[in-house]
Amino acid sequence: MDRSSPPVLRVSNLCKSFGALRASDGIDLDVRTGEIHALIGPNGAGKTTAINQLSGELSPDQGEILFNGQNVTALPVQKRAQLGLARSYQITSIFPAFTAVENVAMAVQSKQGQNFRFWAKARADRARIDPAMTVLRRMGLENVAGAIAGELAHGQQRQLELAMALATQPKMLLLDEPMAGMGPEDSRRMTEILLPLKDHLSILLVEHDMDVVFALADRITVLVLGKAIATGTPQAIRNSPAVQAAYLGELR
Amino acid sequence: MANSTLSRKSLVLLLGLVVLLALPPVALALDEAFFISLFSRILIYALAAVSLDLILGYAGMASLGHGAFLGVGAYVVGILAFHVSEDLAIPFLPGAWTGTTSAVIAWSAAIVMSALVALAIGALSLRTSGVYFIMITLAFAQMLYFFFVSLVTYGGDDGVNLEQRNSFPLLDLGDDTRFYYVCLAVLLGFIYLCQRLVNSRFGMVMRGCKQNETRMRALGFETYKYKLACFVIAGAGAGLAGALAANQSEFVSPGLMHWTRSGEVMVMVILGGMGTLFGPVFGAIALLLMEEILAAYTQHWMIILGPILILVVLFARRGIYGFLAGDGGRDG
Ligand SMILES: Nc1ncnc2c1ncn2[C@@H]1O[C@H](COP(=O)(O)OP(=O)(O)OP(=O)(O)O)[C@@H](O)[C@H]1O
Ligand SMILES: [Mg+2]
Repeated sequence: MDRSSPPVLRVSNLCKSFGALRASDGIDLDVRTGEIHALIGPNGAGKTTAINQLSGELSPDQGEILFNGQNVTALPVQKRAQLGLARSYQITSIFPAFTAVENVAMAVQSKQGQNFRFWAKARADRARIDPAMTVLRRMGLENVAGAIAGELAHGQQRQLELAMALATQPKMLLLDEPMAGMGPEDSRRMTEILLPLKDHLSILLVEHDMDVVFALADRITVLVLGKAIATGTPQAIRNSPAVQAAYLGELR
Repeated sequence: MANSTLSRKSLVLLLGLVVLLALPPVALALDEAFFISLFSRILIYALAAVSLDLILGYAGMASLGHGAFLGVGAYVVGILAFHVSEDLAIPFLPGAWTGTTSAVIAWSAAIVMSALVALAIGALSLRTSGVYFIMITLAFAQMLYFFFVSLVTYGGDDGVNLEQRNSFPLLDLGDDTRFYYVCLAVLLGFIYLCQRLVNSRFGMVMRGCKQNETRMRALGFETYKYKLACFVIAGAGAGLAGALAANQSEFVSPGLMHWTRSGEVMVMVILGGMGTLFGPVFGAIALLLMEEILAAYTQHWMIILGPILILVVLFARRGIYGFLAGDGGRDG
């Protein structure tokens, strides 16, 4: 992590209401280059709503999002993805009828372009498949490369989704509860996969499991009722009376 | 296992091809020349159905306005021929062109015009999805239908008669058998083209959009652009089918654009097997044959067809072709 360089993601005064409900209430947030930044908070705090605005699936009522210094607040999802902002979903989002390797190959293809090639067979194209296999191997999914994605075990589908995000070679990952619904074994594997990723990219990680958060995060932001009530190192967050009162206390 | 299903699929396709190739001489030998023109019509609708399957079965765009492109293609041929027979310059075009009966020019023009119309309709319709997309494509087709109904120069409701079929330099299409083989060749050529298309990078983008468009966008794909391109290709295919249909019946009317026609083409796709390029051909054969046979007994043949359709949707998810070809007919 580099403290001197400008943040890869800078969010200021992000606001989003659903009717009378303020799901994002003036959120300020910086994610530094090479940082794993955890976003935690109780159910319904507005974590997914925040992620959706950062990825471009929801447009904020107010506020500004800078990605690598560029104002992306008005850009649609696909433009932000092209700039290197990749995401995973709280509810698994894959191509269920494709094989696992084909799921990842779509991500590879997105990066490579040439989407208007009408003639050559895509499934036999080594330029698509080889990088996809490399990513699958890194995730330990090479054994199920040929399996239909919709028929994989839940944990494997979660890993596959991360593989898709990684295959676009992003600068930053927005991960919405990547371990949701995973057993302890898969969860530990996922932690091992995520940790070394810091070398190449920055991660904003939404996660409920505090052990995972404290094992991975460089910094933590606590969200309660749409407000970011504290940001700091895991140590500082753990010891913050405000956070304990609002959130950690009820978990421990 | 994989091998036996593969050969089952090849067997079904080979058998189908042999039947279609042998049909004219057999029909002539049995003194039933009527079958040649019936099956020409079937092949033409199969072409339209394959083109609809491209957007419906592979890209997940349920268009209920595909008849619009069929009609535009047919009217291009009809209008060009009309101006030849009346020796009348075509309005709004430079150079006082009095039309043509050349197949190469007229059919090319039909393809280009229907592609342009598809570009316009698609550009607007694809801003919506789901039920709205169905309704808006339907609305555009109905608009075109009423536009041509009101074109009195070209016969309005009654349409335009062709004095003769279009002609190729060395090939007279007036002969039904020859015309049949031209239709068959065009259909097979189009299926081959689609086969390459759906397995290309572009095709993978279409399949991705059908399964999970949100995911596609999150991966960085400009899905709108690719879906529009696919919609235009499908429109062009249906336009070519329209050009053939005009030649087959030597008659063009707004009926081709009526929503019931679009619905019929969609039924062919579902009945034959969505998302398989050969399925719509089986669907076209089945639907038009049933129509032909049942219509001889009752004009309410739709009452019989309806339940059959429901049974197919319930029990043969991959349609007739999926049923015949087994797992080999799958093409996710
Ligand atoms: N599209 C929407 N329309 C209306 N209300 C919404 C919408 N999306 C989210 N909400 C509400 O906004 C609040 C924040 O929801 P959000 O999904 O962002 O919470 P979260 O922190 O991700 O919760 P969880 O930990 O359960 O995933 C909730 O009260 C939710 O009901
Ligand atoms: Mg959430």
